[in-house]
Amino acid sequence: MLIESINIVLLGMLVVTAIAAIRLHDLFAVTMMFGIYSLLAAVVFVVLDAVDVAFTEAAVGVGISTVLMLATIGLVGRREQRPAHRPLLPLLVVVVTGVALVYGTLDMPFFGDPGAPVHQHVAPYYIGQSPEQTGIPNVVTSILASYRGYDTLGELAVIFTAGVGVLALLGLRRRKRPGKENRVS
Amino acid sequence: MRDNPVLRVVAKIIIPMILLFALYVQFHGDFGPGGGFQAGVIFAAGFILYGLVFGTEALRSAVPPGLLRWVISLGLILYTGVGIATMLMGSDYLAYGALAHDLIHGQHLGIFLVELGVGVTVSAVMVTIFLAFAGRNDP
Amino acid sequence: MSVAGLYNYWIVILLMMTGFYVVISSGNLVKKIIGLNLFQASVFILYISMGKVADGGAPILREGITHYSNPLPHVLILTAIVVGVATTALGLALVVRIREAYGSVEEDDIHRQDESL
Repeated sequence: MLIESINIVLLGMLVVTAIAAIRLHDLFAVTMMFGIYSLLAAVVFVVLDAVDVAFTEAAVGVGISTVLMLATIGLVGRREQRPAHRPLLPLLVVVVTGVALVYGTLDMPFFGDPGAPVHQHVAPYYIGQSPEQTGIPNVVTSILASYRGYDTLGELAVIFTAGVGVLALLGLRRRKRPGKENRVS
Repeated sequence: MRDNPVLRVVAKIIIPMILLFALYVQFHGDFGPGGGFQAGVIFAAGFILYGLVFGTEALRSAVPPGLLRWVISLGLILYTGVGIATMLMGSDYLAYGALAHDLIHGQHLGIFLVELGVGVTVSAVMVTIFLAFAGRNDP
Repeated sequence: MSVAGLYNYWIVILLMMTGFYVVISSGNLVKKIIGLNLFQASVFILYISMGKVADGGAPILREGITHYSNPLPHVLILTAIVVGVATTALGLALVVRIREAYGSVEEDDIHRQDESL
C-alpha cells in the first residue's frame, strides 16, 4: 500500500510539472521543468522496480538532454513568440484523443495485477531460465545482451546513426570565420 | 564558469568519481543494476561536466575529435565482431555459447564484450553530440 | 481496487496529452521537441507501469524473493531512453541549422519566408 501511495503522489507531481512546462514561454524555464519532470520520472521508475531504467533516465533525462537543450537555446535564443491565434483547435484535438485513450484503458488489466497477459508470455521463461542458461542474476542484462541480442544491436546501430547524423549536420571541427560579411545571419 | 574556483575544485573532485562509478556500473552490470547503456551515459556525463566547467576547448584537447570519430564505430564493430566470431566458431550469430568451452562461460564472455561495445559507442556518441552543439558558438 | 487500478494509465494519458498539446499548439521548434520528449517520457512510464507486479521485487535474482516484476518492459525502455536522447539530439541539430538558414525558429516566420521566395 505504501508503494501505491508514493506512486500516486509522484505521478501527481509529474502532472503539475508537465502543465507548468506548457504554460511557461521562457524556453530556459521550460527546459528546467523538463529536467524536474525527468528526475521525477526516474524516481517513479525506482518505485516501480525498474532500477536499471531509473539509472538511465537519471543520467540521460536530467543530465545529457537538459544540457543539449540548453546548448540549443544558447544558439537559437530563449524567447518563444506567443501564438497569434487561440489554441482552441489543438485543445479540442487533445481532449478528444485523451477521451478515446481513457476509453481504451477500461479494458486494461489493473496496475500490479500478477495475472495480466504481459506477465504470462515470455517473462516467466526468462526469469526461470536465466540462471541456468546465462548464469547472470540481473535478468535485465541477460535479456538485453543475450536473449534479445539482435534488438540491442539494432538499437546501437540507431544510436550510431544518430551520432553520425549530428556530425553531418553540425560537424566537430571549429568553423573558420573568414570575415563578418560571410557569416550566416 | 571558467573563473569560478568553487566550481572548478568541486568538478575536479567529482569527475574522477563519476568516471570510476561508470566503470563500476559497466563491469558490475551482470550482478547488480547496470550495463552498457547506463555506464555509457554516466561516463559521457563525466566528460560533459568537464566540458561545461573547463570549456569545450579543454574537452577537445582531452578527447580529440579525430579519435572520437573512430571510437564511435569501434563499439559497433566490437558488437558485430562478437556475432561474426560466434559464427566462425560454428554456432549461430550472437550465440555466445560457442565462445568458450562451456555454455555459462561463453555467455559471460559474450555478454561482457557486447556490453563493452554498447558502452563505448554510447559514451562516444554522447560526447560527440555535446561537442557538436557546444562547439558551435565558440569564438 | 476497481478504478484506482487504472490511475497510472490515466495519469500517463494526461501526460501524453500535455506533450501532444505542446507539439501541435506551439510554433517554436525547440518547444515542440521538448513536447515530444514529454510525450516520450509518458510512454516510458506506461510501459514500466505495465511491468510492475504487486509485491514483486526488482528483477535481479536473489535468495528469498519469489515474485519479480516483469523485466522485458525494462529492457525495451532502457534502450529506448538512450535512443530517444540520440534522436532528440538529431532533431535539435536540425533546429540549429534551420535557425542558421532562416534566422528564426518560429514556424510562422519560416512559412512566411518560404512563401515570399
